[in-house]
Amino acid sequence: MKQAASIEKGFTAVETTTKKRWRPMTRFERREAFFGYLFIAPVVLGFIIFEVGPILASLVLSFTDYDILSKNIDWVGLANFARMFKEDLFYKSFNNTIYYCVIYIPLSLGLSLFLAVLANRVRRASTFYRTAIYIPTIIPSVGAAVAWVVILSPQFGLLNGALKWFGIKGPGWFLNPDWAKPAIILMSMWVLGGIFVIFLAGLQGIPNEYYEAASIDGANSWTSFWKITLPLMTPTILFNLVMDSIWAFQVFQESFVTTGGGPLRSTYFLSLYIYDQAFTYRRMGYASAISWVMFIVIMIFTVIILRSSRRWTFYGGGEQ
Amino acid sequence: MNSTANNTVSQPGDFPQSRFHNLKHSLRWVSELPAHTLLILTSILMLIPLLYIVSVSFQTMEQILQGGGNIPIPPTLEAYRYVIEEMNFPLYFRNTLVIVSLNLVGAFIANTLGAYGFARFRFPGREQIFALLLASLMLPFVVRLIPTYIMFYKLGWINSFLPLVVPSFFGSAFYVFLLRQFFTQLPNELFDAARIDGCDEVSILVRIVLPLSKPALATMFIFVAQNSWNDFMGPLIYLQRPQLRTLALALYAFRSAPQGIPTWNNLMAIVVLMTIPILILFALFQRYFIQGITMSGIKG
Repeated sequence: MKQAASIEKGFTAVETTTKKRWRPMTRFERREAFFGYLFIAPVVLGFIIFEVGPILASLVLSFTDYDILSKNIDWVGLANFARMFKEDLFYKSFNNTIYYCVIYIPLSLGLSLFLAVLANRVRRASTFYRTAIYIPTIIPSVGAAVAWVVILSPQFGLLNGALKWFGIKGPGWFLNPDWAKPAIILMSMWVLGGIFVIFLAGLQGIPNEYYEAASIDGANSWTSFWKITLPLMTPTILFNLVMDSIWAFQVFQESFVTTGGGPLRSTYFLSLYIYDQAFTYRRMGYASAISWVMFIVIMIFTVIILRSSRRWTFYGGGEQ
Repeated sequence: MNSTANNTVSQPGDFPQSRFHNLKHSLRWVSELPAHTLLILTSILMLIPLLYIVSVSFQTMEQILQGGGNIPIPPTLEAYRYVIEEMNFPLYFRNTLVIVSLNLVGAFIANTLGAYGFARFRFPGREQIFALLLASLMLPFVVRLIPTYIMFYKLGWINSFLPLVVPSFFGSAFYVFLLRQFFTQLPNELFDAARIDGCDEVSILVRIVLPLSKPALATMFIFVAQNSWNDFMGPLIYLQRPQLRTLALALYAFRSAPQGIPTWNNLMAIVVLMTIPILILFALFQRYFIQGITMSGIKG
């Protein structure tokens, strides 16, 4: 195979080198390129105005004391960062965010992959299960958050009512500093349908022949999960892991709507801190500095995942 | 509608057409029992909060405060009446609808054009620009939030729908990616034939590509509609005037209103009412939805 390829390469070498080398475009090619640029122009413009521009602006702002109202902007150097690392509330919100991520990310990924594998395997009622698991994500998230305040109410809520039935006295959930974060994680788990659906799509891309071949070889479903499903799902797991982590780091309305960051700041996450500084106190410069620290943490985390993924992801048949 | 039946991907979960339940089938059914048990349990856990929300919306405050997820007997429509007549629900509904529709139009125009440009034209820098766009998916939105706010503030767009609508007319990397994946899978002969017949680029896109891309478009529409219908952070920072509120923002405002205990029945009635349109949309496009995700190759 390799030999044949290299022979063919020899034949076409002249042709490819001329193709690779820069040469003026023909009229037809120029017309095609012109239309190409025209079609992508809005998207590229949007990318510059709403993505690249703001991110750079935010970096510049983080070295100023800009407050949007006053005309003059003062350059304050690293003062915003120095202040941040002295602020208790920064550490508190940072730790809360890490706590949330460390528990929520593995739990949501593990559980949704598990459910997707099950829902993909059964022959009957599969559509019902998929719908049941996905449907909570359809509820507007603010609505879901308000609903969970009722569900987890210690006085009249559904969950503690159900626990009482089993003779367990339920905790105060959103009203108790020790239970507020678990309550928010519980609430987030209810809407794992988004990740679940992507896993399901990934599972459906695995050819059935692999499983048939494995079962002929005498593999049970446990072995074929570890030897076929899991390796072939690693690209999907990587995708979900990266995107889910980025979202988890920015957790906002889950606590903003339910607890407002309380009680005793136990659900005060980084994004709430940024929001308060920017929109309650109008400290745009300081808030930008926090958002950049958050950005750097997310980037480091993402790079670690992507780097390590070369060792644990598997692309079958060389296709992406 | 019929044209889509041919390209439906056959899924491992599909039940075989045969009605004969031979021994192999019943054995399989038994071997799947643990999976079914777990899935039924999960489904119940997922659906109970939904039923509870609906149930609370039909209760009086006295019933709710008695506690314990009781079934509303007799059910009362009082909360719905109150929400629609006294809480300005129609106004907030209209506001949300305006924003969502404009977002759908914007996303449709910008993303189909962009995706088509990346999928069907060769030009210098195409792969690099596309890779940059994709990388932007990994940028946290919180970092962009403050400068974007300042920009709209300086433009005088605070307390208008513009900050929530205009960006969608510039597309979004995710949907460009989704549609591009789909467009590149269409056979080249189709385009050649159309060009030979004298179709210009725009009519190829409108007459040939779009009708063939229903699953991808449906997936995009569901995502866009859901995202802008549910958007909270945007309305929260850009819309301060009460009469501009969207449903999500209005719900939050009622929830955090300072006077007395929140009227949970009214709040849950809003939740139910604002879920219904998105539920209908999802039901209509549901069959395209997983297909769209599968074909786009989001999975990696």
